[in-house]
Amino acid sequence: MTYAAQRDAHVPHATIDAPKDYLHITHTVKSWLLSTDHKRIGILYLISITGFFFIGAVAAGLLRLSLVVPDGSIFTNDTYNKLFTIHGVVMVWFFLIPSIPATFGNFLLPIMIGAKDLAFPRLNTTSWYVFMTGALFAMLSVLFGGIDTGWTFYAPLSTAFSNTYVSLALVGVIIVGFSSILTGLNFIVTVHTMRAPGMTWFRMPIFVWTMYAVSMIFLLATPVITMALILLVMERTFKIGVFDPALGGDPVLFEHLFWFYSHPAVYIMVLPGMGVISEIVPAFARKRLFGYKFVAYASIGLATITFFVWGHHMFVNGQSDYASVTFSFLSFAVAVPSAVKVYNWTATIHKGTLVLDTPMLYAMGYIGLFVIGGLTGLFLATLAIDEHVHDTYFVVAHFHYIMVGGTVLAFLGGLHYWWPKFTGRMYNEAWGRVSAVLMFIGFNVTFFPQFILGYLGMPRRYHVYPAEFQLMNIMSSAGATILAFAYVFPFVYLLYSLWFGKKAPDNPWDAKGLEWMTTSPPPLHNFIKPPVVDFEAYDYEAKVPEA
Amino acid sequence: MNGIGHALDIWPAAASASAVEADHLILSFTVLTLFLTVPIFIAFTWFAIVYRKGVKADRRHSETRSSAIEMTWMIGPFILTLFFFAWGAQLFMHHKTLPAGGLQIDAIGRQWMWKFQHPGGQSEINDLHVPVGENVVMHMISQDVIHAFYLPALRIQMDVLPDRYTNLWFKADKVGSYHLFCSEYCGTDHSVMGGTITVMEPAAYQQWLAASGSDMSLASAGEALFGSYGCSGCHQGQSTVRAPSLAGLYGKPVPMEDGRTVVADDSYIRDKILNPNDNLIAGYKQVMPSFKGVIAEDDLLRLVAYIKSTGVKTTGSLQ
Ligand code: HEC
Ligand code: HEM
Ligand SMILES: [Cu+2]
Ligand SMILES: [Cu+2]
Repeated sequence: MTYAAQRDAHVPHATIDAPKDYLHITHTVKSWLLSTDHKRIGILYLISITGFFFIGAVAAGLLRLSLVVPDGSIFTNDTYNKLFTIHGVVMVWFFLIPSIPATFGNFLLPIMIGAKDLAFPRLNTTSWYVFMTGALFAMLSVLFGGIDTGWTFYAPLSTAFSNTYVSLALVGVIIVGFSSILTGLNFIVTVHTMRAPGMTWFRMPIFVWTMYAVSMIFLLATPVITMALILLVMERTFKIGVFDPALGGDPVLFEHLFWFYSHPAVYIMVLPGMGVISEIVPAFARKRLFGYKFVAYASIGLATITFFVWGHHMFVNGQSDYASVTFSFLSFAVAVPSAVKVYNWTATIHKGTLVLDTPMLYAMGYIGLFVIGGLTGLFLATLAIDEHVHDTYFVVAHFHYIMVGGTVLAFLGGLHYWWPKFTGRMYNEAWGRVSAVLMFIGFNVTFFPQFILGYLGMPRRYHVYPAEFQLMNIMSSAGATILAFAYVFPFVYLLYSLWFGKKAPDNPWDAKGLEWMTTSPPPLHNFIKPPVVDFEAYDYEAKVPEA
Repeated sequence: MNGIGHALDIWPAAASASAVEADHLILSFTVLTLFLTVPIFIAFTWFAIVYRKGVKADRRHSETRSSAIEMTWMIGPFILTLFFFAWGAQLFMHHKTLPAGGLQIDAIGRQWMWKFQHPGGQSEINDLHVPVGENVVMHMISQDVIHAFYLPALRIQMDVLPDRYTNLWFKADKVGSYHLFCSEYCGTDHSVMGGTITVMEPAAYQQWLAASGSDMSLASAGEALFGSYGCSGCHQGQSTVRAPSLAGLYGKPVPMEDGRTVVADDSYIRDKILNPNDNLIAGYKQVMPSFKGVIAEDDLLRLVAYIKSTGVKTTGSLQ
């Protein structure tokens, strides 16, 4: 008898002896703030990053507003510069990097491997406090008037020339790095030591593999940015000459250290998205993920090669030409296998039994946009093309396709997919579908024109621009308006569902995986009976009806 | 012809053969990527329709793994794209190989303006005039933060770093005016740090040079500075301090006290003036003072031009 059958046989839900779910055990604010339950911490992260997303989004909206006119008459140059810096810093460090790992990863990783919590529950609580402390510093720097260095903090602009609250923001980002490190450490130990009986490595869902891969990057890359940013703070404060040539330093050194972290950080943002999509697509195609082992190995492989391509951000900054050629080649080597994952998802739905519910619509949107983002990344890795489009809107479009079109759609897809599990409630499906489609349209109207703008030669971080670029900018801003609605809708109907949504069944999607074999929402220790795993990941085949 | 675009343009003007080649590169790469992706998009949409739940379809023999297929779609596209890697790298190396004997124009970036110095001593702010059909070598340095010199019509850009010369060259083949931007974020007025590059017929360029009259070429301006900053006091023959002669120095290997040999290029000479204690020359007592903070980048470029010019003269005026 399979575990699921056992559970169904012995513990029909809604029996009186079923333990209370994690949401209803206690109700006080204190019980949430001091919780060591990975599920509650996941929810705390979810609430926090949603807040940061809206802060970042307001800044983006103001940027798009400003760019409707070419002469920069809406804000001053300094205000514009502060806005894109806030937007970049908040979206990258306070929303996107923690987004999927710290919310879904926290909530789901233990459940997916049949554990009752993470290996170090108190460390997990700590990581959220560390995160919020970092956020506090960064937000203070915004309240005091903002910073104007760009999220890249290039020296010597950031060390010797900017007279805004740069150190305060840097301290915030440094602190947030530690929360990533703690989360990564916790995940790795959990995956190694807490798998349920029968949960072998190759029975783990791809989402768990990607969390493992991301944790490796957290542990290996974050310390580098931490040290580089500490050196920036020291240079600002004590005038030690590390990066500023006027003090005997080398500004290109900072670029190397920064991108040594920040390129792998792109995979911190990309891999979890791939993990979520690899859960959704099989569930809504009722079919095993095509090439499961391949995708699992590819996640680890990508997390490794991603450490060797940072120099593609520096083709025109004076690094050795031979280094540039090497980095270009390695970037091709890493980009192609990541883009072909799309073939796996396509092969998965071949001969499946498709249900086009909201999570699947997001997944399909993700696939389309991620492909465009990935391939334009290949353009940027081509040396002679990058010489033209580096630091133009082409790059802005490219990374928004990857990060917003890709990861944010995966995040929202996952949020809808697991929402019944997180909250025990169903959201309104019609609204879900409308928002998913609207988001796809709004996204393309906003960001596709930026590829054209970039090739035309409009540099990024430009507040004032030549009049001939205005038309494309207006299109982009119009798209952003659509996009704004598409983001507000889910916020509203998801919140609404918390009180008024239908009660969710344990497995509303008829999906596979341990998280669907426990109650919605799960009890404190995740399972009523500790699970024993005697099935493969994505064992949908049994269900496929023969036609 | 004016190369500055209009509202409905979706493709930028191309003012050099290598810009045209970059366009061919990106267009053909786009064709390949369409070839690799459009079938996927069509297949995905098609599958999503025909295999929808409730639609009758043949779902037998559905594959869930195949190493052969996996390897084909990993390696196939990779090899196809490598062609574009190679093309891009080859064009890039062409951009990076400076032509011998091009027209050298100095560029100094600083918050938030460009200053250009032509060999004849003419200087201009934010706008740049160059002759058509001639190799132009931009010799660039920043006085403060990192900037980048970007000419979209020529499809090239290069960072301009503090304390270090970088170069970029081009051969414009279409007369016209095009945008000149700073493409590396450099603070408050980054977005207005730029102007126009005007590509002119050689005769018109000569006329422009004459009209922008400068009484002294860069080299002779450098010679004057060589006197006024007191360099000549040590470096000229009759001086009492033993200092090396600078005549013909440019491009020569210089033996160092620690056994290395360093070629005297622009950066070496600039370094020597700013940090004389860094490269100690064999056989001399280092008594030269540092001119850091005393001589600005434009004068440094003039001094270098002067020292360079003494190499070509048969009788150096230095000793
Ligand atoms: C006080 C005397 C003195 C003054 C003034 C002086 N120099 Fe020097 N310079 C020297 C000496 C001595 C050396 C060789 C020192 C060493 O070992 O590096 C030298 C070396 C050099 C070199 C390297 C020469 C080589 O053969 O590699 C250059 C270039 C140079 N000086 C340029 C200048 C310029 C330009 C100025 C004026 C801005 C200047 N110097 C002012 C004494 C002086
Ligand atoms: C999670 C979502 C997002 C992430 C992670 C993200 C990330 C970034 C980053 C890193 C930058 C660079 C900032 C800099 O140059 O210093 C940026 C710039 C920008 N983004 Fe976003 N962004 C997101 C969503 C959006 C949305 C939804 C919009 C449009 C409404 C938008 C519009 C812009 C604009 C206009 C710029 C400024 C470009 C410039 O002046 O160079 N972003 N974004
Ligand atoms: Cu990168
Ligand atoms: Cu600039």
